Amino acid sequence: MNKKLNSRSDILFPILGFLAFLIVISFMLTLIIDVFIDGFEKIKDPSFYTSYPSRFPSQAGILSGWIGTLLVMAGAIFWSLLIGIPAGIYLEEYATKRGIFGKIETIIELNINNLAAVPAIIYGLLALGIFVYRFKFGESILTAGLTLSILMLPVIVVNTREAIRRIPRDIREGAYAVGATKWDTVRDHILPYSLGGILTGLIIAASRAIGETAPLVTIGALTFIAFLPPSPFTSEFPFIAPDKIWEVLMSPFTVLPIQIFNWVSRPQAAFQINAAAAGFVLLILTVLMNALAYYFRQKVRRKYIW
Amino acid sequence: MVIGTMIDSIKNLFLGASDRVSAEEKTRAMQKPEGEIKLEVKDLNFSYGDFRALKNINLNIPTKKITALIGPSGCGKTTLLRCFNRMHDLYPGSRYEGAIIFHPDGINIASPHIDLLDLRRRIGMVFQRPNPFPKSIFENVAYGLRVNGVRDKNLINERVEWALNSAALWDEVKDRLDANAYSLSGGQQQRLCIARAIAIEPDIVLFDEPTSALDPISTSKIEELIIKLKEKLTIIIVTHNMQQAARVSDYTGFMYLGELIEFDRTKKIFTVPSQKLTEDYITGRFG
Repeated sequence: MNKKLNSRSDILFPILGFLAFLIVISFMLTLIIDVFIDGFEKIKDPSFYTSYPSRFPSQAGILSGWIGTLLVMAGAIFWSLLIGIPAGIYLEEYATKRGIFGKIETIIELNINNLAAVPAIIYGLLALGIFVYRFKFGESILTAGLTLSILMLPVIVVNTREAIRRIPRDIREGAYAVGATKWDTVRDHILPYSLGGILTGLIIAASRAIGETAPLVTIGALTFIAFLPPSPFTSEFPFIAPDKIWEVLMSPFTVLPIQIFNWVSRPQAAFQINAAAAGFVLLILTVLMNALAYYFRQKVRRKYIW
Repeated sequence: MVIGTMIDSIKNLFLGASDRVSAEEKTRAMQKPEGEIKLEVKDLNFSYGDFRALKNINLNIPTKKITALIGPSGCGKTTLLRCFNRMHDLYPGSRYEGAIIFHPDGINIASPHIDLLDLRRRIGMVFQRPNPFPKSIFENVAYGLRVNGVRDKNLINERVEWALNSAALWDEVKDRLDANAYSLSGGQQQRLCIARAIAIEPDIVLFDEPTSALDPISTSKIEELIIKLKEKLTIIIVTHNMQQAARVSDYTGFMYLGELIEFDRTKKIFTVPSQKLTEDYITGRFG
């Protein structure tokens, strides 16, 4: 009797599970196929990727959008890793959790998880107050990168900590037992072995940030940009002009989600095609980014197994 | 204190009051080893938080001999071992009282002012489970040299080969020094960990149940290796395998509930122990 019941649920659950999986995947596929079909006319047109936005739907392209997205994301990833990894390492390896200082650490620790749930627009307001008004970075690529990096930080810190916690205690002790300092251990063991987990956090955080519109609108991203930031590359050695890099960081920008939002709100039907095409490009960028991070993560994972 | 008294009364219940170890008897039980002394443990008390894990340990570890620490689980043998290289200090809440004098310099290992990096360089450790770094075989052995400031490539190569040879592993790995340490078998990994520990030429190597995760063949290889190493090093080994203690060690300490009950030549401990408690443990009456 009991056995029969068990075998029935053994059949039932996989079926239910498969149905649930089918629902999720069909949403996903419908979305991708829909934007692909709607935007196909523009997706196959090479000039779509090399043109600036325009009043005429047929001439409008996403050049400033995708370059803006890449530059802003590069900044966001750079800043969030620069701050997030040391913060995670500090909390796991150095934080004492004793005395008054320890209490403050505990409060910060508890709130890092809460920070991940703060609505993005709040971060936009914060960034407007700090980076635009206080530090006078303007409505620039630098400001946008910093803004998105604040958004990404909690996820990166939490994932860094989890990755560090997965490193067996034995390995740490093995390092200390031959006379390694704490810094030796962090540099030679903790950091390299936790890199896979840190990259996972980066994927999750960056995938969320790449589609963010609200915080960037708040700090004053433009929707109509008919020029690119100056190229920092030169023909002479060392091929990069440092002063030009500052100019790139300080130039105004737009990003793909803002471009899409702008087109969707236009009355002309032709702009809807552009919006769908740009949406498809954004999806592809996200998938590519994920694939890249996945590749690196697998590479690291294969190297460090225990 | 309360817990200590409780444990004592439980002990009495099982063993009978006449078997209680009196202080006087205990002093008699702590035989002084012959020859030079490497570590001199004096009235060592160790606690984690409120728990007193080691109580008044007095012990002399002889130079270039193998000293085994035996006793039932939770008796404090590993805790005592980890006092010698201050491994407890990695975690908060540990407290040492008393002294562990490291001869011939006479420095006190239990002192809060000691240089832990230098101490751990001079007192190496091999752990219960093989714990090589997920790096190449070569890097595992070279790591101790690198963190201790050795930069000379030839010297590193020389030391790595020497250490792997001394750990009886060189012939098995000389053609694949760049392979990941995790490609080795469990026994080889443990010998690699021994090579890593001896590459920096410590005075003492601590072994914490080094064969508990290994098969009998790997175990006998490690035991042979440990016996060979005592020509150059002082060795302290914690084991829950009494046969192992009998096979490899020169001196044996029997611990029970955080106390060192008896310390003597291994032969004597296993044939004519002076304490009833030791005899009961050796003969398998509890443990």
